[in-house]
Amino acid sequence: MNTAVSTMEFLRPATLAEALETKAAHPEAVPLAGGTDLMVELNFDRRRPPALLDLTRITELAEWSEVDGHIRIGATVPYARIITELGSRLPGLAMAARTVGSPQIRNRGTLGGNLGSASPAGDGHPPLLAGHATVELASVRGSRRVPVDAFFLGPKRSVVEPDELVVAVRVPPATGPQQFAKVGPRNAMVIAVCAFALALHPENGTVGTGIGSAGPTPLRARDAEEFLAAELDWAGGRPLPEGVAERFGELVAAAARPIDDVRGTAAYRGHALAVLARRTLTWAWRDHTGRGSCG
Amino acid sequence: MSNHVAVTVRVNGVDREIEVDPRATLTETLRDRLGLTGTKKGCDRGECGACTVLVNGRRVLSCMTLAVTAHGAEVTTVEGLSSGGELHPVQRAFLENDAFQCGFCTPGQVMSAVACIAEGHATSDDEIREWMSGNICRCAAYPQIVASVAKAAAELGGAAR
Amino acid sequence: MSTATRETVAGRVGDSAVRPDAALKVRGEFAYSSDLFADDMLWGATLRSPHPHARIRSIDVTAALTLPGVYAALTHADVPGENRYGLDHRDQPVLAEDVVRYQGEPVAVVAADHPETARRALDRIAVDYQVLDPVVDAELAMAEGAPVLHPECPGGNVLRHVRIRRGDPEATAEVVVTGEYRVGMQDQAFLGPESGLAVPAEDGGVDLHVATQWLHVDQSQVAHALGLPPEKVRLTLAGVGGAFGAREDLSMQVHACLLALRTRRPVKMVYGREESFFGHVHRHPALLRYEHGADRHGRLVSVRAEIVLDGGAYASSTPAVVANAATLGIGPYQVPNVRMDCWGVYTNNPPCGAMRGFGAVQACFAYESQMDKLAERLGMDPVELRIRNAMREGSTMPTGQVVDSAAPVAELLRRVRDKPLPPPADPTDPRDLPGGVANTTRGDGVVRGVGYGVGIKNVAFSEGFDDYSTARVRLEVLGGEPVVSVHTAAVEVGQGLVTVQQQIARTELGIARVTVLPADTGVGSAGSSSASRQSYVTGGAVKAACERVRDTLCALAATRLGREVGLVDGKLVTADGAVAASIADVLGDEVIERTVEWRHRPTFPLDPLTGQGNAHTQYAFAAHRAVVDVDVELGLVKVVELACAQDVGRAINPQAVLGQIHGGSAQGLGLAVMEEIQVVDGTVRNPSFTDYLIPTIVDMPPMVVDVLELADPHAPYGLRGVGEPPTISSTPAIVAAIRAATGRALTRVPVRPDDIALAGSASRPVPSRPEVPCD
Repeated sequence: MNTAVSTMEFLRPATLAEALETKAAHPEAVPLAGGTDLMVELNFDRRRPPALLDLTRITELAEWSEVDGHIRIGATVPYARIITELGSRLPGLAMAARTVGSPQIRNRGTLGGNLGSASPAGDGHPPLLAGHATVELASVRGSRRVPVDAFFLGPKRSVVEPDELVVAVRVPPATGPQQFAKVGPRNAMVIAVCAFALALHPENGTVGTGIGSAGPTPLRARDAEEFLAAELDWAGGRPLPEGVAERFGELVAAAARPIDDVRGTAAYRGHALAVLARRTLTWAWRDHTGRGSCG
Repeated sequence: MSNHVAVTVRVNGVDREIEVDPRATLTETLRDRLGLTGTKKGCDRGECGACTVLVNGRRVLSCMTLAVTAHGAEVTTVEGLSSGGELHPVQRAFLENDAFQCGFCTPGQVMSAVACIAEGHATSDDEIREWMSGNICRCAAYPQIVASVAKAAAELGGAAR
Repeated sequence: MSTATRETVAGRVGDSAVRPDAALKVRGEFAYSSDLFADDMLWGATLRSPHPHARIRSIDVTAALTLPGVYAALTHADVPGENRYGLDHRDQPVLAEDVVRYQGEPVAVVAADHPETARRALDRIAVDYQVLDPVVDAELAMAEGAPVLHPECPGGNVLRHVRIRRGDPEATAEVVVTGEYRVGMQDQAFLGPESGLAVPAEDGGVDLHVATQWLHVDQSQVAHALGLPPEKVRLTLAGVGGAFGAREDLSMQVHACLLALRTRRPVKMVYGREESFFGHVHRHPALLRYEHGADRHGRLVSVRAEIVLDGGAYASSTPAVVANAATLGIGPYQVPNVRMDCWGVYTNNPPCGAMRGFGAVQACFAYESQMDKLAERLGMDPVELRIRNAMREGSTMPTGQVVDSAAPVAELLRRVRDKPLPPPADPTDPRDLPGGVANTTRGDGVVRGVGYGVGIKNVAFSEGFDDYSTARVRLEVLGGEPVVSVHTAAVEVGQGLVTVQQQIARTELGIARVTVLPADTGVGSAGSSSASRQSYVTGGAVKAACERVRDTLCALAATRLGREVGLVDGKLVTADGAVAASIADVLGDEVIERTVEWRHRPTFPLDPLTGQGNAHTQYAFAAHRAVVDVDVELGLVKVVELACAQDVGRAINPQAVLGQIHGGSAQGLGLAVMEEIQVVDGTVRNPSFTDYLIPTIVDMPPMVVDVLELADPHAPYGLRGVGEPPTISSTPAIVAAIRAATGRALTRVPVRPDDIALAGSASRPVPSRPEVPCD
């Protein structure tokens, strides 16, 4: 571990335990994994952190495993691996991962970094919200798990304490159809104007949603979830009643708190979320009921 | 500038030991410290692909990589592709198909294409487009880039995977 | 192309010769301006105004100079010559004096031993600004009482007004359609940022290695600002990472030279991407109002138009852009009655100047939109309407100029119309659909549309400009083989000009070994690599110089051999076709070198009241058909295919011609659906590739291209400029296709998802509360 005194210290722990000790000693140190967010800030001099905490050498963060029936994805597992290795069990997350940046970014970018940045535009967040994921945080004080819908506090703000690190995300494997859709004005390599994730949980008759880029934080559309859970014929698999998909879309749009910015207007974001919610529901329900082969 | 960190990195098959500023990107280090100016700086934020290199065989953006994090890694740049003066099949395909105009994006395109083929992502034109979409070409030699990747993939066997 | 009867060299005119710089480029060994290095060099950096309009009360560089590693911090007071430059008017300060007129205007420059130190030094320069209200609306800037931004400009904020009056400007017509259109600010977004290396010379001058489009116009402006004679400012072209018009103006040239002369050390300057957005001019945003009148059969009777081009804070090439928009502003159509007024206006927005298509792009979006609107009103097929009105050889432009070479407008339209249409999208593969793998549709809401566009562009410089190029060709025998070297100051920007020069020399002299020497100011001016002019003008100069070399060689051979000979396929041949001697035999140790200054046919100014005059030397045309799939609910667009037909007179290098057509079409696509510098209150909101989006490989559709070769008898080899026409017609074709799919009016480019998806939105509302997003 290098602890050279410099304008920016570069801290290179080899194990998680060491990383937590280092973080406790240097709470101002910024964790670095794929670097895809942090490097922009460094390159443009928007941030001059006194220290960086390099997590890329810690093998225990770079693996995923099955724990207690959940998929536990280490904080530094890159998106490229989520696409190729978890596509069948976490399809919504894998779909989102496929839209992150470029192939080069997906080789480096991580869910842990997405969560650490807590950007409302993070592509990984909507499927984690819809999939009822839990974020695992650790510090020398111990570890804790935070449901992802309680993780975000504001734009680029989360519940992570200065001495804590995001170490993993736990996501239940999909028990029903999952969808992710993202709107951007270009057909590749684009930051979301808005994004929506949907997960149907037939085992308990619930619905998960996640909204990206349309509020100060990633959001759940709770009213929409409750409405839809009650309307769906989980056991019988009858087709969606007339107007349900539209109403679901409206409720999703109503849950968003978008603004006007260079990427799009608030009005468009609301409109597009309603469309995405309606469409993804239609596809997901078709998958669930076995009517139609789109997948 | 500030206190430097010792880094050992294998670049194009040669071990290099350098002291780097912890803030230095791999792009800057390759270009300004090691004289490997083939790797280009186009946007400083991971949106153009001109700085693509291989780190341990995987394509990454060197402008989004701190040089210190390459410690112990194997880095391949465009200068390390051809062996003994022979062009790499991807380079040759780009040359024969005129897959560039100004050529500024070409080193990044070539490195990305090498990885794209190795990943098995060059089995169709649609797939090549999806997996080459991280490399902007403002001259828009895109049709020739697709053709070049397909041709090199056929030659390298990447298309068959 | 079968002129070969005996052993001819490969890589002649008409061959798809490989670029001489191709191997260097694929190996990463081609030295771009940002790759330059000198021992002991310093790094320059630029302090720029954060305000679009402000008075400067004071500038204090003291604190910057105390930072260790800083060698100079310079302001306008340190500019030894006249602190002014500009392509057309010298109205732009090298470093701001008492006022800044746009966000990003250079105020001070520093040199330090490390780029980071240079940036730190900028932070220590204290500038006391009194912020002024910016003038940001071009129409309001023209109005009586608007604050005047350049008191020396006789027209107030109107930099140029071109009026064209032809026929009866009050003519009436049976069918009239009107429209108001807007074009957003496009950026050239070349990938290799502005950069160069200035090296002080012992004679008190400076050697500048730089990426530019026109070495000599840089030289004269730099020398003027440095107060040096031009011969003491020597420029050598460094590798150019794209240009597209953005390198026609100066960026870091004077700044680096100032720093080098002050510090007596080499100084390198390289802009980052964000700085690059502030470091060069952009395409003029435009407001265009048109009224088209036609008879019941669709024959155009009149066009009346008003075009306002926002030139931003400084003139750059705005006067020429205004002339292009005006003279080409009714499109490639025969119209007896024309009233056109086009203004270029000063504002406090970013300066605008040259970009591929140069004035013709903005007008084409409007006049082609009008043609579609007229076709709809008449119930006519839009292609048929265009063909009915298409100009042809012998047609008269609104300027009174008769088009005296091929103008196959109708043929180009027929060709793109008659191409088979692509098959419908596969709804099971998201990559075939709008939105791509972002998974926004499985065919839901997707509607296909087809649209057309045709455009016209002038080639080379116009309005009486003394437009020429200089070529020096040298023939000698090395190692027993004849070798040709071609030396010009013409700039290779990626268009393949070095290949063209090689091909011409091989063709004219029949010699395989042709070296194109580095472009520099050691030879006369070649003019600009812009206006689709270099194959024509520098190509013409190289051809003429080769002819002089050939004549000299043949005269020498005649003397030595005692009989008349000609040069055929690199051999000296008698009238009966027998080889009399090789070049090596005749030339021995002698060297033949000829330098030629070559001009295209003269052009003439426009009459200031009527806009009449033979202002252009050559016209070029291209047509596009666009096929798009539009997700009409989300407003997302996938361009499925672009068909293009273009007359290039003669394809000097068919492969390179194809590349130009692809590239130009893609930049037109960018303007149609994604590219815009968003400027709010004079401030750029998206100076990055995260938010200024350029088409990716996924956005670029397959293209079907027809290249016509109808020789222009006035041009070398009959060639016609290639680079710009495809940029011009692809934008309106794509927008027409989106209109066909959506039924929306779409009067503004780029078309944004909101414009399509939100009911009742004819054009995009300007965000009332623009914020920089968190990402």
